[in-house]
Amino acid sequence: MLAWATLVLNGVAFGSVLFLMSSGFTLAFGVMRIINVAHGALYLLGAYVAISVMHATGSFVLAAAAGGVSTMALGMLIQRLALERIYDNQLAQVLFTMGLAFVIGDVTLVVWGGHPQVLTAPAGLSGSVEFGPFIYPRYRVFVIILGAAVAAILWGVIAKTRLGATVRACVDDAEMAQGVGVHTRRLFTVMFGVSAFLAGLGGAIGAPIIGAARGLDFEVLPLTLVVVILGGLGSLGGALVGSLFVGIADSLGKALFPELSYFTLFAPMAIVLAVRPMGLFGKA
Amino acid sequence: MRSKWLVGVAVALALSLMIGVGVAPAQEPVRVGLPVPLTGFVAESAREMVEGFQLYLEQSGQKLGGRPVHVIIEDTEAQPQNALTKMRKLVEQDKVHLVVGYLLAFEGYAVRDYVDKNRVPLFLPIVAADDLTQRKRSPYIVRMTWTSSQPNHPLGEYASKTLKYRRMVTVGQDYAFGWENVGGFHRTFEQAGGKIVQKIWAPIGTADYAPYIAQIRRDVDAVYALLVGADIPRFVKQYQEFGLKGKIPLIGGNILTDEDVLSHMGAEAEGVITSHTYAATLKRAENQKFVEAFRARFKKDPSYYAEGMYTAALWLDRAIKMAGSVEDPLKLIGAVKKADLRDAPRGPLKLDEYNNPVETVYLRRVVKGPRGMENEVIGSIPNVSQFWTFNPAQYLGNPPYSRDFPPCGNCK
Repeated sequence: MLAWATLVLNGVAFGSVLFLMSSGFTLAFGVMRIINVAHGALYLLGAYVAISVMHATGSFVLAAAAGGVSTMALGMLIQRLALERIYDNQLAQVLFTMGLAFVIGDVTLVVWGGHPQVLTAPAGLSGSVEFGPFIYPRYRVFVIILGAAVAAILWGVIAKTRLGATVRACVDDAEMAQGVGVHTRRLFTVMFGVSAFLAGLGGAIGAPIIGAARGLDFEVLPLTLVVVILGGLGSLGGALVGSLFVGIADSLGKALFPELSYFTLFAPMAIVLAVRPMGLFGKA
Repeated sequence: MRSKWLVGVAVALALSLMIGVGVAPAQEPVRVGLPVPLTGFVAESAREMVEGFQLYLEQSGQKLGGRPVHVIIEDTEAQPQNALTKMRKLVEQDKVHLVVGYLLAFEGYAVRDYVDKNRVPLFLPIVAADDLTQRKRSPYIVRMTWTSSQPNHPLGEYASKTLKYRRMVTVGQDYAFGWENVGGFHRTFEQAGGKIVQKIWAPIGTADYAPYIAQIRRDVDAVYALLVGADIPRFVKQYQEFGLKGKIPLIGGNILTDEDVLSHMGAEAEGVITSHTYAATLKRAENQKFVEAFRARFKKDPSYYAEGMYTAALWLDRAIKMAGSVEDPLKLIGAVKKADLRDAPRGPLKLDEYNNPVETVYLRRVVKGPRGMENEVIGSIPNVSQFWTFNPAQYLGNPPYSRDFPPCGNCK
């Protein structure tokens, strides 16, 4: 019984990290119709930057912020210098971001080496919480709370603010939004920055659990794709539900059918695609 | 007329020059092929292999057996098909005299048939896949370190007899290297009276070990783990976070606490016991000299990747001197079998008749040292063969270690 509770909680914690990743991915797609293949690379970069900042300053808050802000700056730069020029050409975007993913991956190898690294959680968040016989890592509790907080903030911004309204307008009909005076160029740059920020933050927050290692970029990317395809491209609610589903399915699948751990992830995606090609919460 | 004559002279001169070039150097260099997975998930370990070889050649003045050396490094990208392609290139295009390298078990298996058929002397200082010197051995393949199960046989007995563990769980990486490590441990642990009550397998590159750790049965005396590369620090860290450290002792197969991963671990690794053929802290004069030279040159502690390649170079140096030539593969391998390796950094080495070293296995415990976590040597078992105390013929009659062998009679 305790083992099951642990497995489900683990799934929720992993789902939280996946949500940070996939909410960023889905925002960029929803607003700009960009499939950002470099999203996993941004995740990895955020994780490495956070580890270095943690080593240098010992502050986890700074480390997590640096992980997010560095990728945000890079993301905005990429948007302004390159993506803007190939807007409306999805094949070029996919190829460009894929090339970018390889470049970022190789740069991280040169800078941080090929050794796997783990971020040490700060003293206040390390250790375990105990409820009688139930022992659970404190850091994962924090990750679950943080994931919920980020989801609430994103929902609040999108649903209640003026920025959110313009974002929603762009998701529904970018041309019309431009027609009624939305400054799409600025909005796109900001939103791509936010998307990259969430990826980098996800890397930093995930680093004490998953660590940072060469190849991790292309391990997390497929999971993100499963999440957003399941939940519906462009839908934040879909990203949340998809993340929790993938997180828990991954955790239980590995315990129940270890030989089929990929099957338990991809089979639900295939079924959803067959029944609802736009995903659970996507718009056709 | 005159110009024709000139051309004739020029051609004659050129020809004599070419012949001269062909004959002149009495000492043609030894061409050594060094294929390693320099990119991919074991890139750093592969680089350390090259560094170990390089260190020896720098000390020997770029010579092996007194002959100058030409080393050709190839990147296999950790792909079995590339391992074979690079082997063909080295043999057919570069015409190397010998090949020394490779890291992963499947690389060794991928080139096995090719070197056997084409009579290429292949020296494996790291590849541990059991069967390359057992059921699939070849007269052209010499292993220079250990088989996957070799250091695990003594550990199984130690866990039962000395540590007095009765019931244990194993956690292993789900491929040949993991099965062979866990299998060797399982067999001798149960032979010595212990019981394995649960075997958990995790695929290579498992990002989060929590799902596996949650399954570990809590009614056991200890857990044995054998993982690879980036998976190691994740597992050891999470073992602590889920409250198992301090409650259920963790021991493990060889590479669980190698120096290259220890440098990335902290207190969570403290107290973990492993068995291996090497430890950087080994108090042998030959090892201390090697470690100092390696630290001075590469600013880090060597793990067995560097030591394995350094010792391979030392070994080949002596064998080539004894053989007097490298052109005849079996003569060279015959000399490798006879070479005296009592002074290798890791300890005395000699080959058994299956071309695998008989050597000392060290029991190591992780302690906090002046430079961070390090392996303290807490025991040694000399002259460990790949067959342990079993009869080789009988041993080879068993199936190779796998997920299902030895069978887990006490798993529920």
